[in-house]
Amino acid sequence: MSLQERTGTILDIKRYAIHDGPGIRTTVFLKGCPLSCEWCHNPESQRARPEILYYEERCTLCGACVSACKQGALDIVDDRLQLDQSLCIGCGDCVPVCPNGARELTGRQMNVEQVVSEIVKDTLFYEESGGGVTFSGGEPLMQADFVRAVAARCVELDIHTALDTSGFAPEAELMKVADVIDLFLYDIKTLDDAAHIAYTGVSNRSILRNLRSIDEMGKRIWIRYPLVPGVNDVERSLMDLIALVTSLKSVERVNVLPYHRAGAGKYARLGREYNFSRTEEPSGEEAASYIAERIDLPVRIGG
Amino acid sequence: MNERIEQLLQESRDAVPRVSAERASLITQFYSSSDALGHSVPVTRALAFSYLLANKSISIGDGELIVGERGPAPKATPTYPELCSHSAEDLRLLDTRTRTPFAVSEDAFTTLTEEVIPFWQGRSMREKVFAAMSPQWHKAFDAGVFTEFMEQRSPGHAVLDDKIYHHGLLDFIDKIKRVRAQIDWKSDPRAYDKDEELRAMKIAAEAMINLARRYADLAREMATREQDPHRREELERIAEVCLWVPAHAPRSFWEAIQMYWFVHLGVVIELNSWDSFNPGRLDQHLNPFYEREIAAGTLTREQAKELLECLWIKFSNQPAPPKVGITVEQSATYNDFVLVNAGGLTENGEDAVNDVSYLILDVISEMRLPFSGSCIQLSKKNPNRFLKSALRVVRKGFGQPSIFNTDAIVQEFLRAGKSIEDARNGGPSGCVTISAFGKESCVLTGYMNWPKILEITLHNGIDPRTGEMVGIKTGDISTFKDFDELFSAYRRQLQYFVDLKIAGNNTIERLYAGEMPAPFLSLLVDDCIARGRDYNDGGPRYPTTYIQGVGLGTTTDALSAIKYHVFDEGRILLPDLVRVLDSNFEGEEGLRKRLAASPAFGNDDDRADDIARKLFDAYFEAIDGRPNTNGGSYRVNLLPTTVHIYFGRMVGATANGRIAGRPLSDGISPSQGADTHGPTAVVRSMGKIDHVRTGGTLLNQKFLPSVLAGDSGIDKLAALVRTYFRYDGHHIQFNVVGADTLREAKLHPEEHRDLIVRVAGYSDYFNNLGPGLQDEIIARTAHEEL
Repeated sequence: MSLQERTGTILDIKRYAIHDGPGIRTTVFLKGCPLSCEWCHNPESQRARPEILYYEERCTLCGACVSACKQGALDIVDDRLQLDQSLCIGCGDCVPVCPNGARELTGRQMNVEQVVSEIVKDTLFYEESGGGVTFSGGEPLMQADFVRAVAARCVELDIHTALDTSGFAPEAELMKVADVIDLFLYDIKTLDDAAHIAYTGVSNRSILRNLRSIDEMGKRIWIRYPLVPGVNDVERSLMDLIALVTSLKSVERVNVLPYHRAGAGKYARLGREYNFSRTEEPSGEEAASYIAERIDLPVRIGG
Repeated sequence: MNERIEQLLQESRDAVPRVSAERASLITQFYSSSDALGHSVPVTRALAFSYLLANKSISIGDGELIVGERGPAPKATPTYPELCSHSAEDLRLLDTRTRTPFAVSEDAFTTLTEEVIPFWQGRSMREKVFAAMSPQWHKAFDAGVFTEFMEQRSPGHAVLDDKIYHHGLLDFIDKIKRVRAQIDWKSDPRAYDKDEELRAMKIAAEAMINLARRYADLAREMATREQDPHRREELERIAEVCLWVPAHAPRSFWEAIQMYWFVHLGVVIELNSWDSFNPGRLDQHLNPFYEREIAAGTLTREQAKELLECLWIKFSNQPAPPKVGITVEQSATYNDFVLVNAGGLTENGEDAVNDVSYLILDVISEMRLPFSGSCIQLSKKNPNRFLKSALRVVRKGFGQPSIFNTDAIVQEFLRAGKSIEDARNGGPSGCVTISAFGKESCVLTGYMNWPKILEITLHNGIDPRTGEMVGIKTGDISTFKDFDELFSAYRRQLQYFVDLKIAGNNTIERLYAGEMPAPFLSLLVDDCIARGRDYNDGGPRYPTTYIQGVGLGTTTDALSAIKYHVFDEGRILLPDLVRVLDSNFEGEEGLRKRLAASPAFGNDDDRADDIARKLFDAYFEAIDGRPNTNGGSYRVNLLPTTVHIYFGRMVGATANGRIAGRPLSDGISPSQGADTHGPTAVVRSMGKIDHVRTGGTLLNQKFLPSVLAGDSGIDKLAALVRTYFRYDGHHIQFNVVGADTLREAKLHPEEHRDLIVRVAGYSDYFNNLGPGLQDEIIARTAHEEL
């Protein structure tokens, strides 16, 4: 398969993204993530295959989707629409038939040119604002070949590229994209590996190793620190983060991303449970100033 | 702001708009007297003006520095019975209506009904205009196909250049004398007309100098009685200023502002011209005075700001004259479209931003007066600091300043045949339409309802609201084989209505030229004096006429839905679809929603945007370059004021799923809530319209305050504006959305699909959020408003 024919599973392409790196950006969300962070606010990005989001408040129980589903995965039981996850193949047949826009397909196959042609539309905005494209997810490195193909085209077109990554990937996958990415938005969740495994399902060892590799290469890095109550908001966690950042040479700034519950509703739309029990939403100000006092880099709250 | 301004502002805000019968009574006295007999029309008008200024009551309010009101007191608003003689019923309606009411006192009611109405019966311009229109014109007008600006207000949209800051009215009188001396009575067939017009201008100039003297006398008289020595000094200064201007060119910042204000008063007392009158590039005009006085130590920045704020209060004290009938529907606002311009380019093409530009931004920000309009002009040569300062004011959420693209405007002017200097000196004249300041009559004549024309096309000339034949037969829709046939039928229908409107305009222009000259306004606009011609009779260097197109978004989306569902996909036959529209989607909610999901303008989707281009081209080709009766040309512009609400009421259901009677899209903005791909997609869609071939377009963008938070929010908004302007966008304004809009959006999500909100670290469409989070954001926004 030629590079141009390669396809990726795209969750969404969002224009006027203003929290995903410098300037006005277009963010390409790639579907599929090897982590399963309990607090994830984009649960629809976790699974690699397409899924259907269901906006129950828009549904009038007209049954159009039930008739359209060839898998028999949908039914109306007790005045509620029920989806049998085990039967749903994410084909999306139920989406266009809904007169109320209550069903939304997340995840579609797009080829490199299709994605690039969306990205180039906002070239003048990137030029004016110092923006560009951001690959996010999910974990974009799960589709490293595809990301590389798109990013390489963007470099040719003089469009700034950023990768918003958990860093959890085989080093070889990371190296596939490293030379066509101008800026890494690199998530660090916790340096405590046991906690990392407990909350995200994976160890942070390869994440830290990859971070050191791109740091050595001199790539521009912004560390993104999701501040999650009960997980990484104590002084000890912040001290660990500060120690890490000061040991690196290519980090330009730290972004503290306070936890919020905005994604909680999406779990219901996916027919899943939201298990993260903490409800408080930190402002991030205390943590940000704690970090800012101890490192000589800009520290920002939010993306 | 200081205590004085706070107090004046409070008084202005507290003043209730009311009808003053004084002007109507004076003008009736004049026209009933023998003084009105035996003169040419221009001289009679000038004598009437002179009588008004000599006899109107005047006062100087507590603490005022800049003096003069159009009526006897703030917001006491005159009527102009020679143009529109309000009936007793009109007056009762003005007094009681909920939107833009004007209180009518017992006394005013008696004066108007007993003295004024009987005299003007059958003589007002309104009656003459309606009587002169054809039955076809009336049918289209009654059906809501177009409106008529001149049926109760006179041609306006005049903006001043810098001439009054260099010359006093005595200099103008000198110039008139010189031009009169050169009239070639032997061979110029217009010799008499010129001489009468110039005589009229001279009378008008003298009348204004006399009014200023009345204020000077009053100030001096008040000073003698004033106990407070500080105020006494101020009153003496006011007397001195009013003795000097407008007779002479101003010498100080204070005199410059008072000079402008006297001239403004003259224009708005003479006639009730649309978009009152405007100072234009106030920062450029005032900066020389400002710099000189700051250097000399005779003025501080604070004093300059105070004087400007006094002017802002004066603007605020003059609501638009009381409008009735369809005119109040198309412009349901007290706003009389004063529009101060700041920024842009100098005549030589250099960055015009100066200290006064920033001072003006401070004034806008402090005053928050919705009807003292202000905009910035933004050229690629203006620094980002200026744009960002303006956006920080925008973020406060009262809709000002709007932002205009100087570089596109210059191109628009050049395309319309203006000199480069006149182009750089020009700008928006009230709402968004441009004029070459001090040199153009840019006359807006009425709005054209595109969705209505499409509706009439879909009914082969008949208005389905009334069953009457309003248009022409453009073909039975069941015979249309493809989209192009439908579109060409629309074009023919459009052409018919444009021709009808222009035929009407040709008559109305001559009526105003013959019966309603404006000698005072003519003094101020080149080349009226040099040509010896009135503002309303081709005197200005560039006499331009507009018909404003309305409903680009709605018409595009309706045609897009028809193209997609009827012609491309063959899902429904056109006559069946039209039957569904005629029934207002009765029992067809599913179909309505599918239609609403068709490709829509504002999403950077060429399937819709190509239709928008075609619609624009059709309108442009039907109008642009046609001659008016004043020696100038027709141009197009796309703006609505409030007419999209009235027009919407006149249009049944449209194929984009819009319910009968709902508002149309405004300006060139997408249909309400149809833009779901964010602001960059909106900008790209708008960029597909060739703004350079217009005289103005209007784009509204909505933001929540949180999206604009911090320096980064401002930086990104600035980049958005700059990029829109690289696409030659003409104008953009930002509505910072409040909690009320969000509550409304929660109830009617379909009309608010475009609302982007910031949720913690990211942004999302408001509609995508669950009800709980929506409530939280409503609460947060309400809190931010406090």
